[in-house]
Amino acid sequence: MDYAYIGISFAKIAGLLPVVLGIMNYSVYAERRISAFIQDRPGPNRVGPFGLLQPIADAAKFLLKEDFTPAHVNKFYYWLAPCLAMIPAILTLAVVPFGSTLFGVPMVIADINVGVLFVFAIASLGVYGIVIAGWSSNSKYPFLGGIRSSSQMLSYELALGLAVIPVFLVVGKLRLTEIVRYQIEHGWMIAPFAGDWANVGKWLLALPMLISFVVFTIAIFAETNRLPFDLPEAETELVGGYHTEYGSMKFGLFFLGEYIAMITGSAIIVTLFLGGWHLPVPSWHGGFHWALIDGSRGVLAGLFNIFIFFAKIAVLLFFFMWVRWSLPRFRYDQLMRLGWIWIFEIALVNIFLTAVILAFVKL
Amino acid sequence: MIPPFLFWTFALLLLVFGAAVVLNRNPIASALSLVISFIALSALFMSLDAFFIGIMQVLVYAGAVMVLFLFIIMLLDLRAEERRKINVVATTGGALVALAFFAQLYLVIGQLRIASQPFAPLPPKTDDVRNVGALLFSNFNLPFQIIGVLVLVATVGVIVLSKRELR
Repeated sequence: MDYAYIGISFAKIAGLLPVVLGIMNYSVYAERRISAFIQDRPGPNRVGPFGLLQPIADAAKFLLKEDFTPAHVNKFYYWLAPCLAMIPAILTLAVVPFGSTLFGVPMVIADINVGVLFVFAIASLGVYGIVIAGWSSNSKYPFLGGIRSSSQMLSYELALGLAVIPVFLVVGKLRLTEIVRYQIEHGWMIAPFAGDWANVGKWLLALPMLISFVVFTIAIFAETNRLPFDLPEAETELVGGYHTEYGSMKFGLFFLGEYIAMITGSAIIVTLFLGGWHLPVPSWHGGFHWALIDGSRGVLAGLFNIFIFFAKIAVLLFFFMWVRWSLPRFRYDQLMRLGWIWIFEIALVNIFLTAVILAFVKL
Repeated sequence: MIPPFLFWTFALLLLVFGAAVVLNRNPIASALSLVISFIALSALFMSLDAFFIGIMQVLVYAGAVMVLFLFIIMLLDLRAEERRKINVVATTGGALVALAFFAQLYLVIGQLRIASQPFAPLPPKTDDVRNVGALLFSNFNLPFQIIGVLVLVATVGVIVLSKRELR
């Protein structure tokens, strides 16, 4: 047993978790403010300056509400479901490199060689929380919500898995830190500006990467049950979908679990396609090149990398919210047609396209 | 290597929830027990540094196959299964077969000389994903392709069967 390793891992978890939970709380606030901005109304602006203390008020409200369990539910599964909805979303963060190094320690909790597969495996367990919630509630609307969500998540999981294969064809590794390192050397997946950027083949390769990026992002929208794919909780048809029978903090876990899933989804997108914690800084010392700022330049640089990573996540979260308040909801058959006939096929053809480019273009 | 107490924890989880699959009268509880035993099995694979097999266990079985199982079970009438009486003759027969199987395993493994020796540890930098991929596309290329065609045939068959008005 290596106690130093356990201690360092524990410190990383203790550092990362509050940051992510903080982002989660403030993304709820941001969602409400952004929706208000889009709909031309003020939004929550009463608690604290600009309503910034609103998340604390929300949390207090969640905790102080009566924890009511309806009589007609399957008690054990009814209590289990909110935990199952929350845990997988947090667990996936374990393999994501959220910074370069700090005091020489790599900023990733578990740097395993099957990184992305781990993310998919744990994320695929997330559907259990929703399905069990729908079933254990013993009531029509939650059940329909649970059924919808399980078929939706299974359908889009395929597209999710297929969309990352082109990335692996290019990088040749599944380890997320290796993917970030590749992007530092060759430029980000969707924009290969660094390394041998003058090579036309590199930019040709960026095309399938861009398709992958779009497909992956759409699939993440579906996996996190966000609008335009929020059929499992479509309030106009299903009251509240799978969490109709839930109240107080149990509902809170579902609600916040969705935001955690958005954060982890954004973290994966950032790591795979947008260069992870890397920010290219132009430098003119001895000819133009991109200077690399990472943990080897001191603690401040290491913290800067972590900040960049979360800043990229924040931009994606804003995009998630922007889409939610701009697009109407899909119909269920449209959702399935989009998933199986368009997204799935595009992802398949994209793998072929990447393989052809890799085989015939000299990189 | 993992500390022995982790091995025993996951082995115990695997066995207890494996038994729960059979003993539970509620099909949903059985299916969820199977999921937990899959996850425990994957933990055991990972303790042997077989990360790829371990993660596939969760990704394919716990994440996809069991979700479909659960999906189907939920649409069935569960009450009928819970009311069903236990068939004593079938249960005893099944238990005897299982006991005979375990006795055989015990006797055979006891005689194997390899079983008493620990395996040589893998070299520390083994990339098991690469190894699996390289083996599949070199030594086992033909069987791999044949299985691919077989899966394709099954997929087409399912689509034809589910679209009855097609003909």
